[in-house]
Amino acid sequence: MKLTKNLPLESCDQRADETLVSNPWRDLRRFTDARIGLGRAGVSIPTQELLAFQLAHAKAQDAVHTPLNIGRLIEGLSVLKNDCAQPPLSLRSRAETRSIYLQRPDYGRLLHSDSEQVLLQYRDTISQSYDLVVVLADGLSALAIQENAIPFLQVLLPQLALAPIPWNIGPVCIVEQGRVAVGDSVGEILRAKCVMLLVGERPGLSSPDSMGLYLTWSPKAGLTDAYRNCISNIREAGLSYEEASRKALYLLNEARRQGLSGVQLKDRTEDLVLTGDEVRGNFLVSTKG
Amino acid sequence: MYRFRQLVGSHTYGFKNLGELMAKATPARSGDYLAGVAAQSAEERAIAQMTLADVPLKVFLEDLLIPYEEDEITRLIVDSHDLVAFQPISHLTVGGFREWLLSEQVGSERLEQVRLGITPEMAAAVSKIMRNQDLILVSKKCQVSTGFRNTLGLPGRLSTRLQPNHPTDDLTGIAASILDGLMYGSGDAVIGINPATDNVAQACRLMRMMDEVIQHYEIPTQSCVLTHVTNTIEAIEQGAPVDLVFQSIGGTQATNDSFGFNLSTLAEAQAAALSLQRGSVGNNVMYFETGQGSALSANAHFQLDQQTCEARAYAVARRFSPLLVNTVVGFIGPEYLFDGKQIIRAGLEDHFCGKLLGLPMGCDICYTNHAHADQNDMDNLLTLLSVAGCTFVMGIPGSDDIMLNYQTTSFHDALYIRQVLGLKPAPEFDAWLKHAEIIDAQTGRLNAQMPAAFRSSLGRLLGN
Repeated sequence: MKLTKNLPLESCDQRADETLVSNPWRDLRRFTDARIGLGRAGVSIPTQELLAFQLAHAKAQDAVHTPLNIGRLIEGLSVLKNDCAQPPLSLRSRAETRSIYLQRPDYGRLLHSDSEQVLLQYRDTISQSYDLVVVLADGLSALAIQENAIPFLQVLLPQLALAPIPWNIGPVCIVEQGRVAVGDSVGEILRAKCVMLLVGERPGLSSPDSMGLYLTWSPKAGLTDAYRNCISNIREAGLSYEEASRKALYLLNEARRQGLSGVQLKDRTEDLVLTGDEVRGNFLVSTKG
Repeated sequence: MYRFRQLVGSHTYGFKNLGELMAKATPARSGDYLAGVAAQSAEERAIAQMTLADVPLKVFLEDLLIPYEEDEITRLIVDSHDLVAFQPISHLTVGGFREWLLSEQVGSERLEQVRLGITPEMAAAVSKIMRNQDLILVSKKCQVSTGFRNTLGLPGRLSTRLQPNHPTDDLTGIAASILDGLMYGSGDAVIGINPATDNVAQACRLMRMMDEVIQHYEIPTQSCVLTHVTNTIEAIEQGAPVDLVFQSIGGTQATNDSFGFNLSTLAEAQAAALSLQRGSVGNNVMYFETGQGSALSANAHFQLDQQTCEARAYAVARRFSPLLVNTVVGFIGPEYLFDGKQIIRAGLEDHFCGKLLGLPMGCDICYTNHAHADQNDMDNLLTLLSVAGCTFVMGIPGSDDIMLNYQTTSFHDALYIRQVLGLKPAPEFDAWLKHAEIIDAQTGRLNAQMPAAFRSSLGRLLGN
């Protein structure tokens, strides 16, 4: 099809100004990430807002369904060779596909028998036992691992090397189609004292790349969440690598000192801070001018 | 060996017990496959449905799905069953019950008369052999009205829960979302916050904040912090302004054990909330949330299908005369409800079973980003449920819950369906919206200008 006449672009760029109602309280967005003050066309969402939402949802869905790029990840891990000398191991869970992974959480928690063999064979080649094994699992967002795992480890691992009693760290284990509990199986087979699993969290509309950290002392298959400590929302726009590393270091040292993890190990790194809202109060009812 | 049999051609299908028959008769969903209770083929499912249709309703009073001795919800269902109310339907099979419900002779009054004669399992069973349009048609006939500071569930009304969640419970952020919602006519069912930090002190802080807003603008609605029931009991003891008591509930005692409460906890909380006498037009003080899959998730499903467990949760709700019951249908994830089709079906089933049992049923029409669903699926379910007379839906800025990381219906969505179907909010709230000049008293449409009272509050914060 060919247009008989080229219309100038600006004449197609008119917004329906008379029918679009904007909201003066949109300025409140400086206090919240909520999608407030969207305005309306009739009672419906303006076009621009509708399409922005679709894009955010598309990113979140892509994060769930895009596979982990193992080659790129392994290549990237080479920057850690000073702190973690062993070459990484590539493993997978019993969930063969993403569709099975989503419907069978039990499969994502178990190692594939091939991967169990890989780990058993590896174990036979080593003489010492490891203090810590780091596991990377795609979880619900491979994007989160792809973007955050290595930069985070670049901050954390050098600090572990500086600890008064240095940590003997095993190979980084990458698990495809893995859920949180799969890390415990990896740690158990390698007879590691502690497992730290980094996993892609369920993507939010504005956070498709959120990474979680789970720590288990004396890992073994079948442990519940009560035996793990968690640090959530690690990403550039969320909990920074430095802050997450500070929390992780605290948990690792305390886990080693007390010989446990989970509900009995409390994170006391939270400082009490006066948040802005305590100062501002509730503006809807405040009479302060 | 088989309690139920069906001969098809030369092949006999057998089902060990009523629980297995109901599970296999359930329309396909991922959670029942995960539990290993679903039909193994489409044919087996269809045969199970035919077999279930032939089961007399009386059998449900004998074949208990979870033993009486083991489960307080079974005891509640059996002990509260009303044989007099049951009498008009006592001769029917499940298939006959479907036709009775659909028949023109049966309207809202007769449905109300038999309500206490229907057990959750009967409701679940008949829903399994009903098509979506059947679920809608019968739900629409059911009339359930409740009250606290306004009247919910009247014909021609659709209410909304204003859900101003914030990832750090920041009061200004929450107030901003409340303002946004009120300006879009949302919040007559409840202004309800899921707290990010779940403890008594935080709950009290949020309760006081919402109470101030409701009092300041004289809004005929109620507030709720969706914290654990034991926290709310403590908040009441500390003198916090508690309108509604919230709790997530499941359909087996073991599920509720995993949630950390039992029936006597709920009774204690209800009594405490009633003692505050904060309602003005009614005394329904409980707000319950449910959702298919919770029992399996707690490994407390007794090999029952997830929809039957869900219906049993309504027995718990019914015992405490709630203001609101909300099935949070798509929150649990694709391992329980895989896609838009399964979410839509589950939403219609839950609404139907709840209404049939006499509950003020609303629905959190929602999905997570790992489910195979999108905004169009939510539009479909919102439209279907509103046609079915759903009591309330959620309202959130731009469908995006920035605390719980899932998508539910927006303030705009509620206005869409009110416009298309000619629905209004609760009458007291509707009058307030006009009085507060949020909607125009003549046209019933949203005013383009922000009302003066709210404009000055905004100006104080923004300094203009």
